[in-house]
Amino acid sequence: MMARDSILRRIPWTLVIFIAAASIPFIGSRYDTFLGTQIAIDALFAVSLNLLLGTTGLVSFGHVAYFGIGAYVCGILMKTYGVPFSLALPASALGAGGFALVFGYFCVRLTKIYFAMLTLAFSQIVWAICFKWNAVTGGDQGLPDVPYPDLDWMSSLPGFGDFRIGEEFYLLTVVVVILSFVAMRRVIASPFGRMLTTIRENPERAAFIGINVRAYELAAFVVAGGFAGIAGALFGIFNRGVFADFVYWPKSAEVMIMTILGGINYFWGPVVGAATLVLLNQQITEYTEYWPLVLGIILLVLLFAFPGGIVGGVAAGFERLRAMIGRRVDA
Amino acid sequence: MAPLLFGQFLGGLTTAMFLFLIASGLSLVFGVMRVLNFAHGSFYMIGAYLAWQAVHWLTPMFNSFWPAVFAAATGVAFLGFIIERLLLRHLYGREELYQLLFTYALVLILGDAAKAVWGTQQLSVSRPPLLAGGFDVFGSTLPAYNLFIMVVGPAIAIIVWLMLTRSTAGRMVRAAALDREMLGALGANVGALYTGMFVVSSFLAGLAGALVTPIESIVPGMDVEIIVDAFIVVVIGGLGSFWGTFWGSMIYGQVLSFGILVFPSFSIFSVFALMAVILIVRPWGLFGRPIR
Repeated sequence: MMARDSILRRIPWTLVIFIAAASIPFIGSRYDTFLGTQIAIDALFAVSLNLLLGTTGLVSFGHVAYFGIGAYVCGILMKTYGVPFSLALPASALGAGGFALVFGYFCVRLTKIYFAMLTLAFSQIVWAICFKWNAVTGGDQGLPDVPYPDLDWMSSLPGFGDFRIGEEFYLLTVVVVILSFVAMRRVIASPFGRMLTTIRENPERAAFIGINVRAYELAAFVVAGGFAGIAGALFGIFNRGVFADFVYWPKSAEVMIMTILGGINYFWGPVVGAATLVLLNQQITEYTEYWPLVLGIILLVLLFAFPGGIVGGVAAGFERLRAMIGRRVDA
Repeated sequence: MAPLLFGQFLGGLTTAMFLFLIASGLSLVFGVMRVLNFAHGSFYMIGAYLAWQAVHWLTPMFNSFWPAVFAAATGVAFLGFIIERLLLRHLYGREELYQLLFTYALVLILGDAAKAVWGTQQLSVSRPPLLAGGFDVFGSTLPAYNLFIMVVGPAIAIIVWLMLTRSTAGRMVRAAALDREMLGALGANVGALYTGMFVVSSFLAGLAGALVTPIESIVPGMDVEIIVDAFIVVVIGGLGSFWGTFWGSMIYGQVLSFGILVFPSFSIFSVFALMAVILIVRPWGLFGRPIR
């Protein structure tokens, strides 16, 4: 763990990341913006999972269900009913959160491996419905051609003139994702968030001091599901369509790998994990089609050599450096 | 109506016995080692590919299906041995999240390795000539091979059950499931026992994969598909309960088979729903015991 006065902690990361991310379309290429959108969405998805995994200590193997529900709600509303994005996005968060409330009600009654299995079962139920319910979800054909939100007003802003819809949607994504991060940081830093950490550290003891463990876990499950729904809604638009693959169980494993790769003990860990995986994927798929093989090997190295993830490893290295420097100064 | 229902029943029974072969290994490993092995489906897939390969190599020489099945299962058992000895054993003390992710890493690696070696086209193996025929049962045809599977499933169940209850090693396995530390303190070699369990489990997965080749084509992706089915089976019966896995397979097979009659397009849904209901009502499954 890091010391309280560590320099790393004093940097206003949210602002730094917002400025860095928002400047990409101004200085980078169209392709950079494309990758940026993917990273931003995956990062939101991974951070929402980490609210369960890192903060509350719940291993959900079905988090992709809420991502998928958000994507379908937003896609169906925007494509089939012509609802504007400004309404469809909150609706997808509510839809995903609502399903998380129903499923989570049952899941939080179980612990450990059984919790993981039930979340997996529910996500597969969602998958089966999305895959088969042709009338609403398009079944195995999916829901192609989800429209972009109307962002023409952006091009009238100074400096935004030559942006196409891809860049405009990216900026919108960055704003939505950063606002979600701010909200989640608030949640984690609140007394409610501290309770979640207490539950992670020792659920029995939390129950002894009068905390309703299940209710807190359920609340965390709903919040995480809602933010996953926002990520899904953005991804459906970015991907130009929503498909049943979004909800198939290996996707849950993928986002879990992102989260752990970055480091579950740090708020920004999953963001680093998402960026690393997206960029690595883009590099590696240029050389070989065997990306899953590479991912599997990365995962093995991570599990055996760096269980704290990238951010955990960097923070530990930084602390060691500081301690070394400190000793020299003292001597 | 009756022949139709009987046909569905037989179809369900075949599915059930296949799933039982796969799920029993999964359940044994979970029961003793508390590791939920996502890679069990990958072992099954590798078993199928190895069987195809062995049939391919051996065919010019002699009628080769049965030796190929045995070779494939043994090959997968050897793979399981290497994985347990080199990697998995270092993770026993860790949180289950890391164990889950470790087995998922194996899914990724083995899936791509199979793709690299055998490509992405569908492969198939023809039925052994001895079992190529079929029987007419109440108007529907039952392939002899399916009947064979319906016999092999329970036979293996009985063999494994006898091994678990009658042999010294089996007693130690059951003791390890109850209290690993105590068994170690009594002088038993728990590490070797775990390796043995994992090898037996891999063998069963490889056997199931090899035996499925005459009735299902071998394709990439069969690993992630089957593992979820196997999870459902062990969850219904009770994670770690041997007979629970047997009855869980039976229930799964029949629900899937009759579910198709009742809601044609939602029969996959019905088995997932069954899994969720069991987890909600009796998380330890129909035949399992609650874990401390």
